[in-house]
Amino acid sequence: MTLNGWLQLILYFVVLIALAKPLGAFMARVYEGQSTRLDRISGPLERLIYRLSGVNPQAEMNWKTYALALLLFNLFGLIAVYLLQRLQGALPLNPQGLGAVSPDSSFNTAVSFTSNTNWQGYAGETTMSYLTQMLGMTVQNFVSAATGMAIVVALIRGLRAAPPLATGGIEGVGNFWVDLTRTTLYILLPLALILAVVLVSQGVVQNFNSYQTVLLLQATVDGNGNAVTQQVLPMGPAASQIAIKQLGTNGGGFFNVNSAHPFENATPLSNFLEMLSILLIPAALCYTFGKMVKDTRQGWALLTAMTVVFAVMTLIAVGAEQNGNPAFTPMGVDQTASELQSGGNMEGKEVRNGIVNSVLWASATTVASNGSVNSMHDSYTPIGGFVLLFNIQMGEVIFGGVGSGLYGMLIFAIIAVFIAGLMVGRTPEYLGKKIEAFEMKMASIGILVMPLTVLVGTAIGVLTTGGLATIYNTTPAPHGFSEVLYAFTSAGNNNGSAFAGLGANTLFYNTALGVAMLIGRYWIAIPALAIAGSLAGKKIVPAGPGTLPTHTPLFIVMLIGVVLLVGVLTFIPALALGPFVEQLMMMGQQAGQ
Amino acid sequence: MTIHTHKARSLFDLPILKRALIDSLKKLKPRNQVRNPVMFVVFVGSILTTGLFIQALLGQGEAPTGFIGAVSLWLWFTVLFANFAEAMAEGRGKAQADSLRKARRDIHAKKLAEPRPGAKVEPVSASTLRKGDMVLVEAGDFIPMDGEAVEGVASVDESAITGESAPVIRESGGDRSAVTGGTRVLSDWLIVRITSNPGETFLDRMISMVEGAKRQKTPNEIALNILLAAMTIIFLLATVTLLPFSIYSVNAAGQGTPVTVTVLVALLVCLIPTTIGGLLSAIGIAGMDRMIQANVIAMSGRAVEAAGDVDVLLLDKTGTITLGNRQATAFLPADGVRVEDLADAAQLASLSDETPEGRSIVVLAKEQYNLRGRDIHLLGANFVPFTAQTRMSGVNFDGRQIRKGAADAIEKYVSDRGGIFPATVRAAVDNIAKEGATPLVVADGQKTLGVIHLKDIVKGGIKERFAELRRMGIKTVMITGDNPLTAAAIAAEAGVDDFLAQATPETKLKLIREQQTGGRLVAMTGDGTNDAPALAQADVAMAMNTGTQAAKEAGNMVDLDSNPTKLIEVVEIGKQLLMTRGALTTFSIANDVAKYFAIIPAAFATTYPVLNKLNIMGLATPQSAILSAVIFNALIIVALIPLALRGVRYRPVGAAQVLRDNLLIYGLGGLIAPFLGIKLIDMILVALKLS
Repeated sequence: MTLNGWLQLILYFVVLIALAKPLGAFMARVYEGQSTRLDRISGPLERLIYRLSGVNPQAEMNWKTYALALLLFNLFGLIAVYLLQRLQGALPLNPQGLGAVSPDSSFNTAVSFTSNTNWQGYAGETTMSYLTQMLGMTVQNFVSAATGMAIVVALIRGLRAAPPLATGGIEGVGNFWVDLTRTTLYILLPLALILAVVLVSQGVVQNFNSYQTVLLLQATVDGNGNAVTQQVLPMGPAASQIAIKQLGTNGGGFFNVNSAHPFENATPLSNFLEMLSILLIPAALCYTFGKMVKDTRQGWALLTAMTVVFAVMTLIAVGAEQNGNPAFTPMGVDQTASELQSGGNMEGKEVRNGIVNSVLWASATTVASNGSVNSMHDSYTPIGGFVLLFNIQMGEVIFGGVGSGLYGMLIFAIIAVFIAGLMVGRTPEYLGKKIEAFEMKMASIGILVMPLTVLVGTAIGVLTTGGLATIYNTTPAPHGFSEVLYAFTSAGNNNGSAFAGLGANTLFYNTALGVAMLIGRYWIAIPALAIAGSLAGKKIVPAGPGTLPTHTPLFIVMLIGVVLLVGVLTFIPALALGPFVEQLMMMGQQAGQ
Repeated sequence: MTIHTHKARSLFDLPILKRALIDSLKKLKPRNQVRNPVMFVVFVGSILTTGLFIQALLGQGEAPTGFIGAVSLWLWFTVLFANFAEAMAEGRGKAQADSLRKARRDIHAKKLAEPRPGAKVEPVSASTLRKGDMVLVEAGDFIPMDGEAVEGVASVDESAITGESAPVIRESGGDRSAVTGGTRVLSDWLIVRITSNPGETFLDRMISMVEGAKRQKTPNEIALNILLAAMTIIFLLATVTLLPFSIYSVNAAGQGTPVTVTVLVALLVCLIPTTIGGLLSAIGIAGMDRMIQANVIAMSGRAVEAAGDVDVLLLDKTGTITLGNRQATAFLPADGVRVEDLADAAQLASLSDETPEGRSIVVLAKEQYNLRGRDIHLLGANFVPFTAQTRMSGVNFDGRQIRKGAADAIEKYVSDRGGIFPATVRAAVDNIAKEGATPLVVADGQKTLGVIHLKDIVKGGIKERFAELRRMGIKTVMITGDNPLTAAAIAAEAGVDDFLAQATPETKLKLIREQQTGGRLVAMTGDGTNDAPALAQADVAMAMNTGTQAAKEAGNMVDLDSNPTKLIEVVEIGKQLLMTRGALTTFSIANDVAKYFAIIPAAFATTYPVLNKLNIMGLATPQSAILSAVIFNALIIVALIPLALRGVRYRPVGAAQVLRDNLLIYGLGGLIAPFLGIKLIDMILVALKLS
């Protein structure tokens, strides 16, 4: 790797960690209902929304009410996005005159955007009208992110709540409508606004024009030998959607090739900012957590665990990609890094991004459940592809989705605390709250659901004709398997990125992946809220020398160990039949030459 | 027949071993197996592979018959080894239950028509007695059932219950009135009111506890079971889906055969946490067993587990922190009084005082001033005993009225008679109290003679125990009826963290509630009836066997040795119980990594021969690799039975250090051990030409 490559990696990490504290502290103020600098702008809007919708912002909800409000709200969103797609042909802001989307694709996309997955079985510029993009996709980009953040805030409140005596008997975890509204108005909208404006300044498009036909700078020929001199440039309100797509760990591109498209991601600066936005809020939420439980060390511990895993996984992938593909060598492709080229395996990567900025993006987008891409994951080396797959298979808790990553990580922390607590001979407690059978039951569901959807989904995919029909890469054999595994891994973890090479816009995949996304999102969200409710009713045991500290390097190692081990033990057999065997085969070919 | 002989029993006692071997077969009943989700999966897997083996014998095998047979056999062994671990843990309890049962022979009771000596006696069988019946028990008789002495005083041999051969005194009224069924009156007689119905006696409860018959899963065990079940399901998913994955791979690669069900079952059993699953109930039973060895009967496993979580320990000063008796160490005369006169008066006042304090005064007078003890009857003296009203004792003779007692009691006595209480005496009294000792003032009529310095003797080694507890994170609170000054001084000397002075049953109860509201778990000991409310409120409450029936019922454990310091041991046992579970869980999961390395290359060798590069242990053949993993998985259960029964060693160091040590031993150790073990077994299989 070049010095330049190292510097870019380091710059990314430094800026990310440096921003975690100020943004995290700000978000803590928002969730504590304290005054902020945005009160003068967002305050009146907030009060107007409560008045119009008849919400009493003072009303505490118990976890069941909170969960119910959340589910109803997301169901409403799901139906709205579905109807928008089905009816877009008759609705305004459709300069290309795009027709109704098929029912199965509409269902898949509606689930995908309300569940913060943003898996895309469709191509944006040829499928969705501007209205659908704005009212459907963009709105869900905001509120699905806000939903995830609301859940984690509820969990944090449960973790630090005094016994119910103090709150008048309600084991309250907050008010979903307030959390949703404040997240959107105080955090997501302002950040997205700033980012969108900067992106526009870099050349990301933002208009309502119809698509432009322009002359090619270099004429070319198509497959039949006919001359091609023109191309169609898609237009639309892209910047406003892309900003929140990155910030809210959504990842659903305005255009089909996502942020590899110059109109989505125009310059190195836009690339850096979009990449930074992927992990910004998940990282800052760790600090918010520490601030809200009045022990910032707890937040730093989680952030450290996440950062360490992310850094190691990224370096493995960068190494693998930089190493290049032995199959290119006989073709005479120069894969060495130099001043003029980044070298390595450049298949499926933009020359302007090079290896480091492609792999860093890919790694960030997979540890976080973002799913946006600026390079094609299908073309990574087997080990590079394994890193991306495994990043997701760790359960999207290394940064993860906004909110969902942190509540997933807290579930893992509860399990780590449980095992560690047993080992020190004390009923486990996390932040002074005792972890007992109910919490273990919910945490177990939390870690069980993901393997269930991913493994069972993949099994169905590779057994049924519906699943097998659109596996386009069958040589080498393990690669096709990886593609199906990746699709269900991405859906079951609400990531949304794709390995490609798989035709996913079919009845089978639209339905199966849609179901996987629903299960993967809500069967973890509800147990997380249940834990919040149960913990809210518990006394806080004061810490003493017998208490296991949960902010030390030892605990961080323990937490990383649990996350890795659960992921490894669950997926090793499947990974062995996919990327591992492919890598070994590739090495075998290399040795044979 | 005592419990003490039980202590000497080694971990693998031959009769227990034999019995456990038979019991492990008996435990194969599905009803038994289904209680443990992890082992039930192994049980089903064993049946499944046995079926496949039979199929192979009929010539339809999916794999070589010998291989399926061997896997099936070792899966059955896995089940049996887990049963054996449980049976071993139960065995020790059962052996003791047998000896306790002997004490529960059918006794002929002398039922009384009314509770007075000389009432009409009706001979009945003990089993017909009911709560509220009155019986007479005379020298040589067994006490038929638990009860309370309502009249009489007798010496009782309670060795059947406590293992302690010295007889104890039981008398009506006060705190020594409780008698236990199955014990024997050695001298005198008692009239006993029966307090329990047949089947509910202390002995019955003890038998069922040591036998583990009614053992219920403790809260923590339930939580762990949930986690283990979840992991089992995850591994079930990972292995079951391997079949379709394998079929796809075979089709896509165009070579090899799909993985066999036998291999999948073997993989599943190796992956699910059988080590902890197989030993889990043994650990719980062994925890109870260790309590029994410490001569403590816990009324529930929940109480033992809670003991490990205790944050605050309430300890009575007298008998726990200090020796039960205070000793006179100095005579401090009032102005114008010779010290010999004070000593003489003090000795006279104490001659008939049979309390340890009284005796120590006589001894001190003799040692320091050569005043020999005199016979109070020869002096014609009249002993005035201590009463709660006067709060003094003394003698009347020759017209003298010598009294000794608490300072304020004597002050009142003296001033009632027109005397004055000298300021110097008052100062001496305060000084003594400040030092943590007890002042006893002596007066002769209206004249105050001086003060006796009675010192509380803090038990040897207790300070170190408290320091140990502090390192464990447990706060100690001393409970005493003394005034705050005295209490503070003794607290400092004994090294407790806090004290409650001038304690009453109400203030004790209040203290416990306060601590509990603050989220702390409280443990205490007690023996008196007035301790009962506090015992009932405390999370861990150890009653003394010498205590009253009320105290024993309020507590959740009974110490047969009646040694309050033992609460510390109980805490350690509770901690060990959790630690053993945690350590074996970690070990069990860490083991899986090596097993994957053994089985995955073997399972897919025909489809992707290149995967053999992952066979880093260099296992001989795919079949020997799988078999070695299965055998290792079974044998490790047996190898860890001693650890499960003995428990992970507990050291009183901070939580972080304990975690680091245990992670290194059981986490890292669990990662490495199976690589060596599986390789070794594979080499043996090769050597035996079984690969």
